[in-house]
Amino acid sequence: MPRHNTSVCAACLNDYVVEQVKRAIKDHTMFGRGDRILVAVSGGKDSLSLWDILMRLGYDTAGLHIQQGIGDYSEQSHQKTAAFAESRGAELILHSLKEKEGAGVLELADLTDRSPCSACGVMKRYNFNKIACDRGFDVLATGHNLDDEASRLLGNVLRWQEDYLAKQFPALQATHEKFVKKVKPLYRLAEREITAYAVVNKIDYVIEECPMSVGSKMFVNKEVLNRLETDAPGTKQAFYFGFLERQKQEDLSREDETIRSCTRCGQPTTAAVCSYCRILEKVKTAP
Amino acid sequence: MHVLLQHPKRETEIKGPRTVGQLLKRLNLLPEAVLVLRGDELITEDEALKEDDIVEIRPVISGGS
Repeated sequence: MPRHNTSVCAACLNDYVVEQVKRAIKDHTMFGRGDRILVAVSGGKDSLSLWDILMRLGYDTAGLHIQQGIGDYSEQSHQKTAAFAESRGAELILHSLKEKEGAGVLELADLTDRSPCSACGVMKRYNFNKIACDRGFDVLATGHNLDDEASRLLGNVLRWQEDYLAKQFPALQATHEKFVKKVKPLYRLAEREITAYAVVNKIDYVIEECPMSVGSKMFVNKEVLNRLETDAPGTKQAFYFGFLERQKQEDLSREDETIRSCTRCGQPTTAAVCSYCRILEKVKTAP
Repeated sequence: MHVLLQHPKRETEIKGPRTVGQLLKRLNLLPEAVLVLRGDELITEDEALKEDDIVEIRPVISGGS
C-alpha cells in the first residue's frame, strides 16, 4: 500500500479494510445497530466486498440487485450476486428492468436517445431509493470507493459543477419524505485495496467491465489520478479528504429547496416530471 | 512467463522481466491500477519472477457505480 508506505499480509489487510469501514461509519454517523441497511450490489468487487464487510460486522443487511438486461454481462452479474447471497444465507432482492419497467437498459437508451450509462443511472438511482423506502429500510449503502469519489470530484471540479460538489458527501440525509438516507462506507479505501480484499477473501466477483462503459470519462479521470498517485502516493486521499474537510465548514444540514414530488409518481425530483417517468413514457408509447 | 490479461481477456508470453515491477513497466501498466496474482496469491512489485511462472494481471479500475 504505497500511500501508507507499507506492505501487509492477508490478515492485516482484512483488519485494515474493516477498520477503515468502521471509521467511515462512525465519522459520518452512517447507521447504527438497529438500522436495516439495503446494500446495492452489482456483482462487482466493491459492492460484494461492502456487503461481506457489513455482514462481518454484524449489521442487519439485505442486498438489492438490478438486472439491467445487458446480455451476458448482466446474466453473469446476476449469477455472481445470487451465488454470493446464497453462500451466506443473505436476503437478496432482485429487480429486473425488463420485467418491471418493460425494457432493459439498451432498449431504454434507444427509445430515449440517452446513452446507456445515462439510462442505467436513472433506473438504478430511482429503484434503489424507491425499493429502500417501500420496504422500510433505514439506509441505502453503495460500494463507491476512494477512487470513485476522487475521480468524480476531479470531473466536477474541472467543469466547476458546484451543484454536484454539494452532493458529493459520504452520507446524504433524506431531505424528502420519499428519500432514503444514502451512505458510502468504502470511501476511505482505494480501489486497489478493496480489490485485494475481494481476492484475499475469495469473493467471486465479475471481473469484466460493463461493455457499455468502454471509453467513459470515469476511466480517463481514474487513469489521470493513478498517474499522479504513482508519482506521489497519497494524492487521491489528499484530494478527496481535503475536499471533505472544506465541505465540513459548509452547512450540510440545509434542506434542498429544489426537491419536489413528481406529478406522476410522487417520487422526489427537481423537475415537474422525474427522469424515470419521462423514460417510462417513451416505453409506453413505443410502437 | 505466461501472462493472463483482462479488458480484453487475453494471454501472452513475455521473456525477460525478473520482478513484478519490471513486468508492469514492460507492459506500460501503472502499479496503482492493477493487482498481480500467481495462482491464488497476490504478489508485490518487488517479488521475483521465474520464466515458467504463470501470472494474472487483474485491473482494479471499474467504470460504473
